[in-house]
Amino acid sequence: MPPRIAARRHCAVLRLASAARPVRMRSTERKAKTMHDLTEEQRMVAQTAADFSRDVLAPGAARRDREKAIEPAVLEGLAALGFLGMTVSPDHDGAGADYVSYALALMEVAAGDGAVSTVMSVHNAPFNAILDRYGTDAQKEEVLKPAARGEFIGAFGLTESDAGSDAGALKTRAVRRNDRYVLNGGKEFITSGRIAGWAIVFAAVEGASTRSPITAFLVPTSAKGYVVAKVEEKLGQRASDTCSLRFEDLEVPHEYRIGEEGEGYRIALSSLETGRIGIAAQSVGMARAAFDAALAYAKERRAFGKPIIEHQAVAFRLAQMKAELEASRLLVVNAARMKDAGIPCLTEAAIAKLYASEAAERICSAALQTFGGYGYLEDFPVERIYRDVRVCQIYEGTSDIQKIIIARGLNA
Amino acid sequence: MSQFDLTEDQRAIRDMAAEFAAERIAPHAVEWDERKHLPVDVLREAAALGMGGVYVREDVGGSGLTRLDATLIFEALAAGCPSVSAYISIHNMAAWMVDAYGSDEQRRRFLPALCTMEHLASYCLTEPGAGSDAAALRTRAVREGDHYVLDGQKQFISGAGEADIYVVMARTGGEGAAGISTFVVPKDTPGLSFGANERKMGWNAQPTRAVIMEGARVPAANLIGREGDGFRIAMAGLDGGRLNITACSLGGAQAALDRSVAYMKERKAFGKRLDEFQALQFRLADMATELEAARTFLWRAASALDAKSPDATRLCAMAKRIGTDTGFAVANQALQLHGGYGYLAEYGIEKIVRDLRVHQILEGTNEIMRLIVARGLVGRSSGN
Repeated sequence: MPPRIAARRHCAVLRLASAARPVRMRSTERKAKTMHDLTEEQRMVAQTAADFSRDVLAPGAARRDREKAIEPAVLEGLAALGFLGMTVSPDHDGAGADYVSYALALMEVAAGDGAVSTVMSVHNAPFNAILDRYGTDAQKEEVLKPAARGEFIGAFGLTESDAGSDAGALKTRAVRRNDRYVLNGGKEFITSGRIAGWAIVFAAVEGASTRSPITAFLVPTSAKGYVVAKVEEKLGQRASDTCSLRFEDLEVPHEYRIGEEGEGYRIALSSLETGRIGIAAQSVGMARAAFDAALAYAKERRAFGKPIIEHQAVAFRLAQMKAELEASRLLVVNAARMKDAGIPCLTEAAIAKLYASEAAERICSAALQTFGGYGYLEDFPVERIYRDVRVCQIYEGTSDIQKIIIARGLNA
Repeated sequence: MSQFDLTEDQRAIRDMAAEFAAERIAPHAVEWDERKHLPVDVLREAAALGMGGVYVREDVGGSGLTRLDATLIFEALAAGCPSVSAYISIHNMAAWMVDAYGSDEQRRRFLPALCTMEHLASYCLTEPGAGSDAAALRTRAVREGDHYVLDGQKQFISGAGEADIYVVMARTGGEGAAGISTFVVPKDTPGLSFGANERKMGWNAQPTRAVIMEGARVPAANLIGREGDGFRIAMAGLDGGRLNITACSLGGAQAALDRSVAYMKERKAFGKRLDEFQALQFRLADMATELEAARTFLWRAASALDAKSPDATRLCAMAKRIGTDTGFAVANQALQLHGGYGYLAEYGIEKIVRDLRVHQILEGTNEIMRLIVARGLVGRSSGN
């Protein structure tokens, strides 16, 4: 184990956070009000993430968007901070942070670069979260530990071309052959499908005796038969690769099956609370970055003889953005606190995800509008943030799926 | 015929433009966006059908149609590509300014080539420090003998670099709107240069550049109207420009809606076709209703401009605000209805969303539309 990793085995985030540079006065004051209800550790995590986001992520975000890639130094930086194993226990080389800290870190990372926050989010949950909960000791040793140390990126392969919102309809098949399964089929919209070292994929086992045939498997992406069929071109989140995958006689040894046969659907759903808290947190982070940019511009830009923030319509729009931003943040922190307390929070996570992702689009669009024509240019960050944040209403369950979940809770 | 119906002729015009868009524009729209390509050859084909000078008079090659006819054409073209349609509409706006305010000599000199789109036109009002507050523009035009010498910079100019004719608003007199004049600046004018093609969210099938004038000498014969008329001419152009941009929003949104309906017929989830879910049906119903409302309003505003009604400017501003907001919202809903596929470039829906977003900003931001409407209600004080 490299010394860098060994040195942070225990309370890694706390220790690193305490080494964070002192922040400038104004930023501390601003934070103090919104962070009064957080523990010392949570604040430090947020501050560490904010520093990394400001110094490393934000300055390169436009370039990453253009080049459609995340440079290794960024992922190494996330790893060094413990952000790629945040809620994994230190016994498995994770940072052992609580879910509130995780959500705060994701917000800050997303404020710097939404695409990086997506890679971080998928890696932590579902990928790490599933292995942490359902992995065998051997799987944890071989895969979870290096994943938590950030030595590779994890991907999650559930969605298929005809099984998006309706994940139970998946068609990828797994056939038992001696001591292994042979997988054939394809997956769509797989975040990090190209850069990942390992992927958790779901397939229906033929001849399974269980009620549902869906089963989870752990696959090294270097395996023969794991084919990246296409890297998609998309509206935003361009630095994060989204792939169409094909499995061509992909052989998976029995010891890489996660849980039992037929347990796959439950496993896939198990990390949804965390996953949705994560997307909601990303939404808040991106929206805040757009809001901050619009606020600064509104104070600078003059029209009709005064700074535009002194025009009431502009000021009121900023006030509305601020109110929706704060409501979103509180919904995220609320769901994360419930998760930390061990209280089921499927509905609260769905509400946070639904509200925060939709509010985030409104906030980013309002920010873009505040910039006028400049908002439409790539020279300013808001059009990219708008493009990046748009997907938060789609992935990890569309807004309509969140409504199905909330409605089910009402009619139970 | 009810006054809310189109005439036979109008239907024929709309169908002709729709057919052209379906055959010559739509199949290439995603590729042009990706390559940032302005399809000049296709523009000239459109002009051959009369779309280069839609409401320019016929003696100089125009089609002599109405503003209402123009909205039908630009909506139909935008169903193929909002960005291409919008550029043609900007070209039309600039050509009309020469037609409406130019002398006979100027009309004969500039318009025949503009109507065939042998020459392309750009409209140059906005500056780095004068966007919504356009009357604060600082580009100077100083008379020297038979010439004016122009110095200044225009920002966000559609078609710049490709266009042959620049209709430029510059200051010949004192502060404010009354000191502004309009000039035709040909591309080969010494002292005229262009900034880099801006990298932007959408509208990639047309270039956007800064237009820089450094001692650009323009013949005095290129002054349109009289000194001091420029702001009025620029604003008059924008009345129609706003109708056209609104039409482009509706065309893009209608295409996105049509494709959503087709997609939802095919796509299944939870054992049913998407178009069998009530919540989704109602969303489609709202999208169609809001588009129809915006379109009906647009036609009313266009009719008012055709009739030179005193409240035409106000109605054009209202139509632009509601029509471009609606167009974007409908396209954005269409993206959502496509789920993850809506986010992918391949399906063309995200491109429509990117293209339509700027319609809420240009030809006067929607905040400026509100300002125009509010001034009509409460007087000038609403400007501050």
